[in-house]
Amino acid sequence: MPTQALFGQLLLGLINGAFYALLSLGLSVIFGLLNIINFTHGAQYMMGAFVAYFLLQWAGLGYWWALVVAPLVVGLFGVVLERTMLQRLYRLDHLYGLLLTFGFALIIQGLFRHQYGSSGLPYSIPSQLAGGHNLGFMFLPNYRAWVVVFSLVVCLGTWYVIERTRLCFYLRAATENPTLTQAFGINVPRMITLTYGFGVGLAALAGVLAAPIYQVNPLMGADLIIVVFAVVVIGGMGSIMGSIITGFTLGVVEGLTKVFYPEASNTVIFVIMALVLLVKPAGLFGRAN
Amino acid sequence: MAVLRNMTAAVALAFAAGGAHAQVSDGVIKIGVLNDQSSLYADLAGQGSVIAARMAVEDFGAAKKGMKVEIVSADHQNKPDVGSAIARQWYDVDKVDVIFDVPNSGVALAVNQITRDKGKALIVSGAATADLSGKACSPNTVHWTYDTWMLANGTGNAIVKTGGDTWFFLTADYAFGHALERDTEAVVLKTGGKVLGKVRHPLNTQDFSSFLLQAQSSKAKIIGLANAGGDTTNAIKQAAEFGIVKGGQNLAGLLVFLTDVHGLGLNNAQGLILTESFYWDYNDQTRAFAKRFAAADRGIHPTMVHAGVYAGVLHYLKAVEALKSDDGTKVIQKMKEIPTDDPLFGKGRIRQDGRKVHPAYLLEVKKPSESKYPWDYYKIRATIPAEQAFRPLDQGDCPLVKK
Repeated sequence: MPTQALFGQLLLGLINGAFYALLSLGLSVIFGLLNIINFTHGAQYMMGAFVAYFLLQWAGLGYWWALVVAPLVVGLFGVVLERTMLQRLYRLDHLYGLLLTFGFALIIQGLFRHQYGSSGLPYSIPSQLAGGHNLGFMFLPNYRAWVVVFSLVVCLGTWYVIERTRLCFYLRAATENPTLTQAFGINVPRMITLTYGFGVGLAALAGVLAAPIYQVNPLMGADLIIVVFAVVVIGGMGSIMGSIITGFTLGVVEGLTKVFYPEASNTVIFVIMALVLLVKPAGLFGRAN
Repeated sequence: MAVLRNMTAAVALAFAAGGAHAQVSDGVIKIGVLNDQSSLYADLAGQGSVIAARMAVEDFGAAKKGMKVEIVSADHQNKPDVGSAIARQWYDVDKVDVIFDVPNSGVALAVNQITRDKGKALIVSGAATADLSGKACSPNTVHWTYDTWMLANGTGNAIVKTGGDTWFFLTADYAFGHALERDTEAVVLKTGGKVLGKVRHPLNTQDFSSFLLQAQSSKAKIIGLANAGGDTTNAIKQAAEFGIVKGGQNLAGLLVFLTDVHGLGLNNAQGLILTESFYWDYNDQTRAFAKRFAAADRGIHPTMVHAGVYAGVLHYLKAVEALKSDDGTKVIQKMKEIPTDDPLFGKGRIRQDGRKVHPAYLLEVKKPSESKYPWDYYKIRATIPAEQAFRPLDQGDCPLVKK
């Protein structure tokens, strides 16, 4: 394999890593602050892509609108889910939240598949981002470049807000001791609800980003979510920066596997997960309790 | 109730066993449709195949003829172990007499063996591997609709003849992809072409960019997609994104179904060359079938897999009627003796190796401007006569064929 071609593969890995990072970020935010293992994340990612498709079909609103509207719509769906169901599970074992969200994921995917089939629906790349540039070692589509830059900005922005601003202290306090935090006049339940809505919105945002690359398909989140969970486990459950770095890194690792041993490209992440769990059970960036 | 029903069945069985002549076991012909109902092959087969089977039972007039036919269906999730478990359960416990469809060559090969061991019947429509009528051929199996040899010779041949003589394969890494790659490679080499490289990707891959980049740097004129369903549509869509066709390389979708073209949209799919053995808009009979089918299947028009299940059920019931028995091995033998004739594939026959032969069509996907009504997707470029469409009987290494 010539070095030039290898460079192209690294770049592609980084782009795929952007999706892993964005999705695992949402999961980490939700787990870190709500202690819920959100298995509906894949379905919510898929819903984001579908909302983009519906906006175009029914309202004639294109990609840029979808980028704003879809996270809001799906985030709102998340808020309703949290208020009516998840809220009751906080004091119980993780397993209950996992089962509830997993059940919801299956129901949502089943409904969409029943209605829209499994072949997927077409969604085009916005005209402003069509085409691409020849970098010499590879042809880089403009849209992929946009995906990697945009998700990097969103990831770092989220990290900054959650780890480096005043909000961070509120959220931490609310997780550590909700009663005391409430006593300081902070509306803890509302904050938690909004956090869940935000995490879900991130999934939907990733869905909109994915729509022009893949088909808008009811099953698009089903396989991805398992990989993304592996990413979160490797990075350390609940570690924001951990999931961002691991997301991008594992994208690259997977990309390289596609070159050197393509048959193993969808198992390599799980092999790494097993190894990391053996050596560092809390994940690379996680803190053992 | 269940106890009562079982007892009735047992009594009926006792009477049946007492008869001296051949009989339909337990008085019911039970058809099992086994396919992918939830993943990447669910639209091209899935519930549509169940609908097609039901239509065939209706059109055969089973009820009027006093034949009791039941249809059951299950999702094998593209896993050979799941498919095998269902097939065993159906044959051993649920008294299923015949299994239809079974897309995914991996699952089909497993069920092929089980069916043979149990002396039942298997009529394959969805699976592609030509091994089903080659070295894995069985006296209990008919391979109806198409196979990898047919696809390779239809599409592969046409492309090499128009100048596409250097190839790079993107192959789904399981029995089907391997068989399709092998058969196409043989055609390419035979017609003087060259294969510059290949890469095997896992089934149900989302992102093809890395593989496409490898194909791009191979400088092959043709990138052969030896995969199906969602894998093919994702690869085609992303190839456009990476400017592969604009860069002078062409894609050969070796197995593309009508539902894939529908999912891609004509903008992405236009110009693709493909081979199928059935197109809904071929004549009045196929159009009438498509209209009824679409009304029952969310507007989806029938793929060749659906058509194959319909025609297969029709012919199977004819053989059972003639034989007055649903004994798997005997019915399959009878199916081979009676010439086939149905509204979708026309007249044809089933060879000794289990291969159903009929013409195949070399098709081209229309430009958006050429498509006049919904699902108007293909132009017929050539018809490949039945005798040339499939692998010659003596070249498949099928042990059932006497040399």
